[in-house]
Amino acid sequence: MTTTAITAIIVILYLIGAPILGGILAGLDRIITARMQGRYGPPVWQPFYDVLKLMSKEKAAVNKTQNFYVFCFLLFMIFTGAVFFAGGDLLLVLFALTLASIFLVLGAFSSNSPYSFIGAERELIQTMAYEPMVLITAAGMYLATKSFFVADIAAFSTPLIYYLPGIFIGFVYILTIKFRKSPFDLSTSHHAHQELVKGLTTEFSGPTLAMIEIAHWYENIFLLGIVYLFFAFNPLLGVIVALLTYFLEILIDNSNARVTWQLTMKSAWIVAATLGMANLIIVFFKLSV
Amino acid sequence: MSYLAKSPWLIHYDGSSCNGCDIEVLACLTPMYDVERFGIINTGNPKHADILAITGSVNEQNIPIIKNIYDQMLEPKVVIAIGICATSGGIFRECYNVQGGVDQVIPVDVYIPGCAARPESIIDGVVKGLGVLEEKYKKYGKKR
Repeated sequence: MTTTAITAIIVILYLIGAPILGGILAGLDRIITARMQGRYGPPVWQPFYDVLKLMSKEKAAVNKTQNFYVFCFLLFMIFTGAVFFAGGDLLLVLFALTLASIFLVLGAFSSNSPYSFIGAERELIQTMAYEPMVLITAAGMYLATKSFFVADIAAFSTPLIYYLPGIFIGFVYILTIKFRKSPFDLSTSHHAHQELVKGLTTEFSGPTLAMIEIAHWYENIFLLGIVYLFFAFNPLLGVIVALLTYFLEILIDNSNARVTWQLTMKSAWIVAATLGMANLIIVFFKLSV
Repeated sequence: MSYLAKSPWLIHYDGSSCNGCDIEVLACLTPMYDVERFGIINTGNPKHADILAITGSVNEQNIPIIKNIYDQMLEPKVVIAIGICATSGGIFRECYNVQGGVDQVIPVDVYIPGCAARPESIIDGVVKGLGVLEEKYKKYGKKR
């Protein structure tokens, strides 16, 4: 089989498999969270029930463009993951990811609701907080492997974690923001919170909200894919570490109170500037000398 | 078959309640009763909610708010009156400012009596509401 055919199969597997896997992960998340809080928790299929229910609700939008923005969010999130799992350019992947989240912000800004408005502003602050670390991750992977292509990075013989331990820790730190977990779930949370903590999704309802949920499943699988890249020399180890990282995020989620946006911003940039930059500089000199 | 009954999201509004029923509604979320087992989530957003749970009797100032919440909820939706005050006005029925139960303002589907309504009876009432939700979905589906 040619490499193009294999790539096509992987992308199709991703398109079908990612929402299923992402949904199951979300279900496991809810069960583990419930157990940590001393509750029994919903069935593992609960996220799918939620999405199917949202699909069967009345269609309503506060204006004409809102649903278009959310559709673009879903579309570009799928595109991000598809390019990533096809082994494409990591920079294209990361910029598509940013574009997708900007579409969600636009959707929230398009209504006049104050909750939605502040939620959108907080989402922009979060984007500003995690973006430097994401770019440093891409730069670090390039310095270590001399390629921006995910396929080359995954095929790199030396364990990437050996070169990039600081960047890995920094990336896991901003993953908490991306997964919308406490202490950094400022704009919206995946838990049953109210008002401002659900700010971003206030004005989305029914099938539109279902699209956002599905996009999050795609996003989570893609983000765990980046975690996998650090351990790609051994696929089994990579998958185990990705799942352990997800478990760690759930643990952090349940043992931390929500912080202010100032602290989110500062701490994410400090982590990027220290762990991320230091690691980048060390790798640069180690490999060039 | 819809999935409404498997994932009912709830919004809670307190009319002029003494907070007895409110505390019992929140008690349903605790590890003791854990309504999330049934996929029930307490949202604060009428646009996300399927079930409107109202505690306490209804006074003049509640009326526009209750109507507003009810209108913002998407079809199909169910209204549950929790506690005797929300059902009929209870001991506040004769008060000059009290209209009576919730059904004076919006159509109510399930009445849960009690002062205060116990968590078990609230859960039972919500489960009854799920049946109504399913029926409404069938009717709504025909309209669509």
